Amino acid sequence: MSTDTPSVPPGTEETPSSQNRYVEVEKTAEFANLRRSFRRFVFPATAAFLIWYGLYVVLSAYARGFMDAKVVGHINVALVFGLLQFVSTFLIAWLYMRYASRNIDPLADQVRADVEGGEAK
Amino acid sequence: MRHVDYVAMSPGATRTLTLSLFLVLVAATLAITIWASRQTRNATDFYAGGRSFTGFQNGMAIGGDYMSAASFLGIAGIIALNGYDGFLYSIGFLVAWLLALLLVAELMRNSGRFTMSDVLAFRMRQVPVRTAGSISTIVVSIFYLLAQMVGAGALVALLFGIKSGTTFLGMSTDVAKVVTIVLIGILMIVYVVVGGMKGTTYVQIVKAFLLMIGAILLAFLVLMYYKFNLSSLLGDAAAKSGKAEAFLRPGLRYGKDIVGNPTATLVSKLDLISLGLALVLGTAGLPHILIRFYTVPNARVARKSVVWAIGIIGVFYLLTLALGFGAAALVGRTAIVAQDPGGNTAAPQLAQAVGSHYFGDFGGSLLLAIIAAVAFATILAVVAGLTLASSSSLAHDLYANVIKRGQTTERQEVVVARYSAFAIGAVAIVLGAFARNLNVAFLVAVAFAIAASANLPAILFSLFWRRFNTRGATIGIYAGLIAAVGVVLLSPICWGGVSKARPAATLTAAQAKTCGVAPTSKEVSNATALFSCTTAAPIPLENPGLISIPIGFIAAALGALSSREKNEDKYAELEVRSLTGAGAH
Repeated sequence: MSTDTPSVPPGTEETPSSQNRYVEVEKTAEFANLRRSFRRFVFPATAAFLIWYGLYVVLSAYARGFMDAKVVGHINVALVFGLLQFVSTFLIAWLYMRYASRNIDPLADQVRADVEGGEAK
Repeated sequence: MRHVDYVAMSPGATRTLTLSLFLVLVAATLAITIWASRQTRNATDFYAGGRSFTGFQNGMAIGGDYMSAASFLGIAGIIALNGYDGFLYSIGFLVAWLLALLLVAELMRNSGRFTMSDVLAFRMRQVPVRTAGSISTIVVSIFYLLAQMVGAGALVALLFGIKSGTTFLGMSTDVAKVVTIVLIGILMIVYVVVGGMKGTTYVQIVKAFLLMIGAILLAFLVLMYYKFNLSSLLGDAAAKSGKAEAFLRPGLRYGKDIVGNPTATLVSKLDLISLGLALVLGTAGLPHILIRFYTVPNARVARKSVVWAIGIIGVFYLLTLALGFGAAALVGRTAIVAQDPGGNTAAPQLAQAVGSHYFGDFGGSLLLAIIAAVAFATILAVVAGLTLASSSSLAHDLYANVIKRGQTTERQEVVVARYSAFAIGAVAIVLGAFARNLNVAFLVAVAFAIAASANLPAILFSLFWRRFNTRGATIGIYAGLIAAVGVVLLSPICWGGVSKARPAATLTAAQAKTCGVAPTSKEVSNATALFSCTTAAPIPLENPGLISIPIGFIAAALGALSSREKNEDKYAELEVRSLTGAGAH
């Protein structure tokens, strides 16, 4: 167990030169830019939805007075808050789709072309 | 046929209709499977459906794989009996998809090939990581599989009105449950062995379509009854529940305020938070969901398919609100509990009630039969996905990469995968038959907790943490797995005795008898505990997530830091490939 060395998954055998190509590309400014645009959206969005959901769960457990308040008819804050979780989930999914196709995909295509161009014999 | 005691819900006409629809469904799915088998030529076809599905198709299939009988029947039942608290499940199960969308789906599609362990083992030592990943894949899938099969057994017994003391086609309840479990087991083996991922995917698409149609139809009829006024539906549900406005607020089932007992109140609230945590973090670690990302041509289609899935699943869970509250209002607690104390038949009962209201007795029977068939399709699609996930991992991770160290042909791997589906299916049938009376919620909770505690830390650290390594992945997976299962084994789910944190429950005569105590006894907190009703649980939480998820993450991090193994070049390759799709399969 301790003696085997890192190996590549079967079917993905890389020639040393193609692996070097990935290492080179990872150091480029274009790739750093791609990684930054990806993380700039997904990390804050993940933190935001987890906090928003966590708030809902914690309020359900501890803020009964607030959650029980009537909004209109038999509809209370708890129901509205729950429905807002649906709204925020749909919204984040849609925003991410839009952001990714504008700000991530073009950069990814560029870097990918760079990797594959560099591999060309 | 021997004399049959008809119960109110299942007159003979309904049984015949339901049975006919079941048979049509089975015939249709088998035809799809055989058609799919003709298109399955190589390993990519078998494991990943040829990576040829569109975003919408895969989104539907994800929905079909994810919306289990537990969510269709279970959530509607929990809302029907406990009101608002059932909604917590719907929200957790949906919000969880953002984690899959933002952090997992695309990166996984780009860097993996057939299984979850492909990603974990990308830059690690193959043998230990794939072994750990495969064990956890199989354990999660088996727990989930058992939940579905046991649920199916109970459901079919209930739908055909087979109660203890009565028989159907000469079968008692127990025999009928076992027969159902065996038949479902055989069907899922056939889907997977013959149809592979292609067949399984189409079965899931058909199921998602039927489930959405069924839920939309039923919710529409319920809302029409209340003239599309949500408030009057809620008001009627609250009035009929006997709990008034409390029925519409959180706290009837989870996070209870137990007067005069601050310890029990605290534990009940922590349990709610623990459940919330496992629901939101479990999904992105479920192996049968993760392998769905491999069935599309590239990461962008994977993204699109998850967005479709979020739309489909979101709409479905919104409909469960109408179904659950509708059942509370139009069927009523007494009738639901009389049929099944767990509330799992609330949705079919609702179908019968609104069907009869609008279209007379035959309409009621027809709608009931349709919803029953939808529930049956739901179970079939989910069990097929689970069998495929575990047999893929057995063949691709354990056989091809651990035992044969990568020295096999694709053809051999697929042959092994088909035998594995037989083996997993057989194991599930045998375990399911033994576990036929277990609590379904328990099995699902364990599966989600293991996925969140064992798989998620390893996946996230593999994708995002340069310093992560073999030891971190293996220790994280094993620690999360053992913690999740261990906490459940020490929980009130297994030990039902009264303690400071777990107040006594009011027992029914039957429960008192099973537990061997007097009906007035104050020793029992959970009468459905697996091991003992009177011994107190060492850990008072029913949901292990709050304890086991931090253990999984911390163990993975400490394991990684304690090992000097580092492979900067492989991480660079993973980063570039996962973000660009270069070199993707």
